[in-house]
Amino acid sequence: MGPEADHYPHPHLLGIEGLTPGEITLILDRAQHYAEKNRTADKTSNILAGSTVVNLFYENSTRTLTSFELAAKRLGADVINMTVGTSSVKKGETLIDTAMTLNAMNPDALVVRHADSGAVKLLSEKVNCAVLNAGDGRHEHPTQALLDALTIRRHKGRLHRLTVAICGDIAHSRVARSNILLLNTMGSRVRLIAPPTLIPSKIDRMGVEIFHDMEEGLKDCDIVMMLRLQLERMEGSFIPSVREYFHFHGLDRAKLANAKPDALIMHPGPMNRGVEIDSEVADDVERSVIREQVEMGVAVRMAALEILVQNHRNLAGGHS
Amino acid sequence: MMPAIRAKASGKTAFVNVRLLDPATGLDQTGGLLMQDGIIADIGPSVTRDKLPSDCRVIDGQGLCLAPGLVDMRVQVREPGFEHQETIETAGKSASVGGVTTMIALPNTDPVIDDVAGVEFVARRARKVGLAKVFVYGAVSKGIEGHEITEMGLLHQAGAVAFCDGVQTIASARLLRQALSYATFFDGMIVQHPEEPELSRGAHMNSGELATRLGLSGVSPLAEVIQIERDIRLAEMTGGRLHFAHISTGESVEVIRRAKKRGLKITCDTAPFYFALNENAVSDYRTFAKLSPPLRAEDDRQAIVMGLADGTIDAIASDHNPQDQDSKRLPFAQAAAGGVGLETLLPITLELYHNGHMSLLDAIGKVTHAPAKLMKLENHGTLAAGSAADIVVFDPGRPAKIDPYKFQSKSKNSPFDGRLIQGIVLRTLIDGREVFTHPSCIEGS
Repeated sequence: MGPEADHYPHPHLLGIEGLTPGEITLILDRAQHYAEKNRTADKTSNILAGSTVVNLFYENSTRTLTSFELAAKRLGADVINMTVGTSSVKKGETLIDTAMTLNAMNPDALVVRHADSGAVKLLSEKVNCAVLNAGDGRHEHPTQALLDALTIRRHKGRLHRLTVAICGDIAHSRVARSNILLLNTMGSRVRLIAPPTLIPSKIDRMGVEIFHDMEEGLKDCDIVMMLRLQLERMEGSFIPSVREYFHFHGLDRAKLANAKPDALIMHPGPMNRGVEIDSEVADDVERSVIREQVEMGVAVRMAALEILVQNHRNLAGGHS
Repeated sequence: MMPAIRAKASGKTAFVNVRLLDPATGLDQTGGLLMQDGIIADIGPSVTRDKLPSDCRVIDGQGLCLAPGLVDMRVQVREPGFEHQETIETAGKSASVGGVTTMIALPNTDPVIDDVAGVEFVARRARKVGLAKVFVYGAVSKGIEGHEITEMGLLHQAGAVAFCDGVQTIASARLLRQALSYATFFDGMIVQHPEEPELSRGAHMNSGELATRLGLSGVSPLAEVIQIERDIRLAEMTGGRLHFAHISTGESVEVIRRAKKRGLKITCDTAPFYFALNENAVSDYRTFAKLSPPLRAEDDRQAIVMGLADGTIDAIASDHNPQDQDSKRLPFAQAAAGGVGLETLLPITLELYHNGHMSLLDAIGKVTHAPAKLMKLENHGTLAAGSAADIVVFDPGRPAKIDPYKFQSKSKNSPFDGRLIQGIVLRTLIDGREVFTHPSCIEGS
């Protein structure tokens, strides 16, 4: 990689958009180090000892919250989890009020999940610490894309010249957007496969190919990335029924046969078995890397936290 | 019926050495204007300093422009009910700084202006404040609920100049047909917010590549033209006068152009947002640029400019929709739509002239004579002798930067925040009385 590879110049990790291949590689290389360490008996370090990480979740997500919590703890940081339901919004406290309050407690990093696109960016403009986007609306989920990338790289040895199919509920998926941006940046081809109602307007301009037919779209793919059908985000009739959806767009052995024989099966979880993916495929130990994705999640989040918090420490040191 | 403003200026005042711009009569000439007791007494090249009566106060305009005061046909004054965002007084201050001498207030207040008392309340408050002439739209449906038509005849008699349901689309075809039909007996005009509500439900910006990248729900520009096409059929069926507010898409312009060619009583306006900005203004989730309808793509913006230039779009309204900070300092999807418009109406309209799309006279006509004519406000939006001396004096060449924190409006949300402009208001007069004077003006110089 070029000279940019040894430095991550951004104060936050708000999305994949704007990251260079070198910056992505930097995070992945560090994550690879933690992935190996996490498989040993001594999983912890004190690299972030004395620092405070606040997980501020406006949307419930046990998996992502746990992953970030574990990552911060393994680095020796003090961790506070704040699950802010809709009740605090009803009490009148706005996102910015919360940000200002937390900022006054001098955390080193804020990990934020919010149901509204752009909310994490808004918050990042009001605080002095590093902000990590743990998913904002339909916009981005950068650590998910990075953990997917790390998983792919471990199996395929590269992130370029791969054909990746992202299938399912693209319209409501921040995971899809972050993955499109990352895979395009790293030189892979992305195909989107979904019924027309779940393909957002003009997404082809993001440099992807659109397919509505699974068999056609999966042909010769290296990676098959399934997405969760987000029924809770849907207003109106996006699909006629779950049964019909599975029939045409659910991943089963027959459809998977169109992909390359060594194609990986991925899913960000949690899975709707029998809706977007058949259990037989999801649990195929030869092809499915879904559990490994979860494992890589902790490693990627450790890398991101380390890099960002240390950047802020250096900045603070530089100013003092 | 007209809400009388505070006492007219008494005595004689004249502007000399000004560029007179009166779109109503096609006048664009250097000369002078004499006002007597709040009425325009004389106008033209023959009005010079040496020919004025000796008891006349004379102001040398130094070659700057003098035009009719702006008539803004779409303003939310927010009073009664939302005084934390704007009042008739703060809207009046905002108007005077913007050169607006007449504004038409939307009825979506609390309570809604759907009865005679509401119309009279606004007229009374405006009279007391005395900063701008304020007329109102009556609501088309009771409570703006879209079910039953209001007492439109009585509202009209009380002074409502036209009818609309505020920022809501009149979604029911049955109700709109009845309103259009009923209003024909007094030649009343119905103003529609053209946005098919089912197609635009839950959307926050224009659909397309940017919305997809930002992960925001988008509303297709089709939602606008579909509503317009349906409503044109209803206007044709009833023979009613139908006006479309703040049109924003190229297809809307095209459909209205065709309807006009067929001789239907269809008119429309747009707002400066839609000819001066495109959807890129919402990049970075900039809530100040969250508007309704949303900012569109660049080709739509260009089509709006063309529609103004060829006369398809009759008028420009500020679409003044003030929001308090707390309504805007939110994630994009939660933030309120709308922006302050009164104080930027003239300079942004002047961009049409500076960019070579329209003559200065034609551009000024879109914010003076055209809206006055649509609203049937005689003696407004013109400099004809005998008209009320509602006047704006402006320097079309002076550069400035828009700073919302200097706005007189109670709200500070403008999508034009920080924009470099060319053209500022120097003086605003109502009935010959000066309600705004720019600090740089040295009287009598």
